[in-house]
Amino acid sequence: MVNIIVELSKYLLVILVILYTLQCFQMFRGREAHRQNVLLGKQLAVIILFLTLSYLVMFLKTGTIRMVMFYGEMLLYVAAMQIAYRMLYKKASMLLVNNMCMLLSIGLVILCRLNMEKAQRQFMIAAVGSILALVVPVMIRKMRFLKKLTWIYAAVGVVMLAAVFVLGRTTFGAKLTLFGMQPSEFIKIIFVFFMASLLWKDASFPQVVRATVVAGLHVLILVMSRDLGSAVVFFITYLVMIYVVTRKPLYFVGGMAGGAVASVIAYFLFGHVQERVTAWKRPFTVYEQEGYQIVQSMFAIGTGSWFGMGLFQGSPESIPVADEDFVFSAICEELGGIFAICLILICMSFFLMIVNISLQIKNPFYKLIALGLGTEYAFQVFLHIGGATKFIPMTGITLPLVSYGGSSALTTVIMLAIIQGLYILREDEDEELEKIRRALEQNAQEEIGP
Amino acid sequence: MKRSEEHLNRTPRKRSGRKKVNPSQSRNKPYAIVSYMFVAIFVSLIVWLLYFNLVKSEEFINSPYNTRQDTFADRVIRGSILSSEGDVLAATQIADDGSEYRYYPYANMFAHVVGYDSFGKSGLESEGNFHLLSSHAFFLEQMKNEFKNEKNKGDNVVSTLSLKLQMTAYNALGDRKGAVVAMEPSTGKILAMVSKSDFDPNYLEDNWDYLAADEENSSLLNRATQGQYPPGSVFKIVTALDYLRKHGTVDGFSYTCQGEITKQDHTITDYDRTVHGEEDLRAAFAYSCNSAFAQIGVDLGGKSLRDAGESLLFNKKLPLTMDYKTSVLSVDGKSVVPLLMQTSIGQGNTLVSPMHMAMMVSAIANQGILMKPYLIDRVENYNGDQVKKYMPNAYKELIPASEAAVLTELMENVVNYGTAMSLGGQGYTVAGKTGSAEYGEGEIKDSHSWFVGYSNVEDPDLVVSVIIEGGGTGSESAVPVAGALFNSYYYE
Repeated sequence: MVNIIVELSKYLLVILVILYTLQCFQMFRGREAHRQNVLLGKQLAVIILFLTLSYLVMFLKTGTIRMVMFYGEMLLYVAAMQIAYRMLYKKASMLLVNNMCMLLSIGLVILCRLNMEKAQRQFMIAAVGSILALVVPVMIRKMRFLKKLTWIYAAVGVVMLAAVFVLGRTTFGAKLTLFGMQPSEFIKIIFVFFMASLLWKDASFPQVVRATVVAGLHVLILVMSRDLGSAVVFFITYLVMIYVVTRKPLYFVGGMAGGAVASVIAYFLFGHVQERVTAWKRPFTVYEQEGYQIVQSMFAIGTGSWFGMGLFQGSPESIPVADEDFVFSAICEELGGIFAICLILICMSFFLMIVNISLQIKNPFYKLIALGLGTEYAFQVFLHIGGATKFIPMTGITLPLVSYGGSSALTTVIMLAIIQGLYILREDEDEELEKIRRALEQNAQEEIGP
Repeated sequence: MKRSEEHLNRTPRKRSGRKKVNPSQSRNKPYAIVSYMFVAIFVSLIVWLLYFNLVKSEEFINSPYNTRQDTFADRVIRGSILSSEGDVLAATQIADDGSEYRYYPYANMFAHVVGYDSFGKSGLESEGNFHLLSSHAFFLEQMKNEFKNEKNKGDNVVSTLSLKLQMTAYNALGDRKGAVVAMEPSTGKILAMVSKSDFDPNYLEDNWDYLAADEENSSLLNRATQGQYPPGSVFKIVTALDYLRKHGTVDGFSYTCQGEITKQDHTITDYDRTVHGEEDLRAAFAYSCNSAFAQIGVDLGGKSLRDAGESLLFNKKLPLTMDYKTSVLSVDGKSVVPLLMQTSIGQGNTLVSPMHMAMMVSAIANQGILMKPYLIDRVENYNGDQVKKYMPNAYKELIPASEAAVLTELMENVVNYGTAMSLGGQGYTVAGKTGSAEYGEGEIKDSHSWFVGYSNVEDPDLVVSVIIEGGGTGSESAVPVAGALFNSYYYE
């Protein structure tokens, strides 16, 4: 009997995630308020159904009452976020809130399945982080001096990364953590602020050189700390921001070429880069060592096929660090390939939404911030999913909001709060423009340039 | 997707229009480009995932390293393995106490090729494991079983094996050690694969320790794919191919055989020191003249011989789904004359498996194109409804059709007037090559008996590769086994 419910739920969960994905893209179709509100309400219903069904299955399979409690906590979180943003920020993007809730829900469902303790910890960090991040939009509005701290951002970034390199603890062959935190995650935000504050007013060649030197330092320290994933994310973000602000494709193309050359040099210089490439190209030849993870991951994805094995029906725990670097494979195995493809589409719509917000902001500093954070998000998603599915070599990076990892979750929650703050500012800008426009219309004779 | 991208451009355009300022569209162009790029990489991820699930996943799922599928056994009764005509070769049965056990009706006959389901799995039991443990029974029935908490019936794997040919090969080998492979050159279907000495998979648990320790018989080893034998005169196919490549024809060759040849104090003798006298290449091949081929090998040189061998997959990975040993051909440009003489008649350091020899001949029979050998024809649910069908797949063209035609002609002569004459005069035509591969050290050497060849030369039906350990010359032992297979194929 339980098996029937589990089997049926497999298909229902896939249907729910397809619905959610469609709704995400329908949101792009127009900005008519009523229609959007209906869609947002439907999305919320899908999130709640998704949580209900998954936790019902997991409760039936494990019989532990903790699943029910966790379900309650998740509902509480979703409700709190919805109410808080609606109350505190009338102009907040509820699509952003919904997406955050959906991705966290998917993440916590799969984490509960893999490891209850970790799921609990992750939930606490995400929940507390989300509540604290509620003040971020206010801060964005008040702290007008943020665009002036250019060299403080640079110094903090480089010093903290260097500190990790010197003092950090080694995990999985990479120096990542300092006092239980992963500073490279937080520095992602600071780095975007650095780039934006340096370039928003003046994107001349000397400025680009300055940006390149600082970005290069970040990347170099990360590569030496063996945190290849973060290094690539920083590099791509740097390139995209430079390109957008200078509008010179040459910088981008040249940067990519430089990056390619640097990758080849890194390949010959560092043993750990070679290992990753071998594990990617010929995983079975190094099955006992570095190929093990990726082969297990491919077994998981292949066994899951289109509809997945169902929650608690597969064995994703056989993939080392399934809850972090390979959470996508665990999702493929138990929730299925269709679900996984929808997850990619949700992440893509999330990115497009951020770019959309960036496009509509007039203030060039904030515009760049939104784009930079969006780029970091999107590229991290690509590295994680590409690495877990053997599309590209593994870089050992988390899937934002879905993977286990306190620093990662906290950083993403703050990033989204910043973007939310920018979105609200933009709505304010709109309102101001509207006022000016009305003023113009009323005093058509007067000449107040727009 | 389109809509969202359009929207990226549309919104700002509208706004700028309203404000009547310098169009912000061009200002936003980099944003659009960045969005397109990221949409492209997300789409490529999706395409890759689709491709993996549709095409690549099987290779991973069926990997012997994948222990995931064993957990399926808790909910599925392992399906049966059938011959191409539907004879049950392996099935799961329920004992009186309710426990499941695997039953192999033909006992030793399919021991290696069907394999076993315990002690790490082998053969088809391993290759088809995923299918055997997946159920495609009607979904209502599956639901009913779930309700009753009963296991579903796993799918059946229908092999390409022919019971008739397997039985013929098994009986023809008798109690001699060796191996037989029979396959269809135009498709790559493996019709029979026998290895001796063998074991009874029904009693594997009782005998495992003994079998695993028995190095004298190595009964667990599938000699067809993992046996490594010197090829003997069968290798003359490679030497002849190399001669053909160098001279563009096999005409115009002449050699006077005196029963032996000596170079640099190294002597190669012909079988029974037979003096073949003056002969062309066709005769030298048909009579399997060692002296002539040793001379050819020395003339060709090691580098050239190696290249010819490697085009026929020596030293190369073979397109096989089962465990196998790679064949070894060790000559190169620096090889000394004695080794060259030895190698060109199939002695020296060269080692091959019977399966590889079957594949080599299969390519020659199929105008140079090797079809990937395969053992699973289709997968059916337990009711016999097809779940998945495997189609013949070309591996690649090993040699051009023109070269295959010349080698075919040489091999036909072996049957017409050479060492395999006993296969002639039937209702079918045969092309082939015999071999006797000396092994061991010392004065009196024994030899393994080889035959490789195929029937119905115009439109080849059946490739056969036979080795009998210590069987003497090819004509003595291996040729009659091949004859039995051809007869069985056409007349039984």
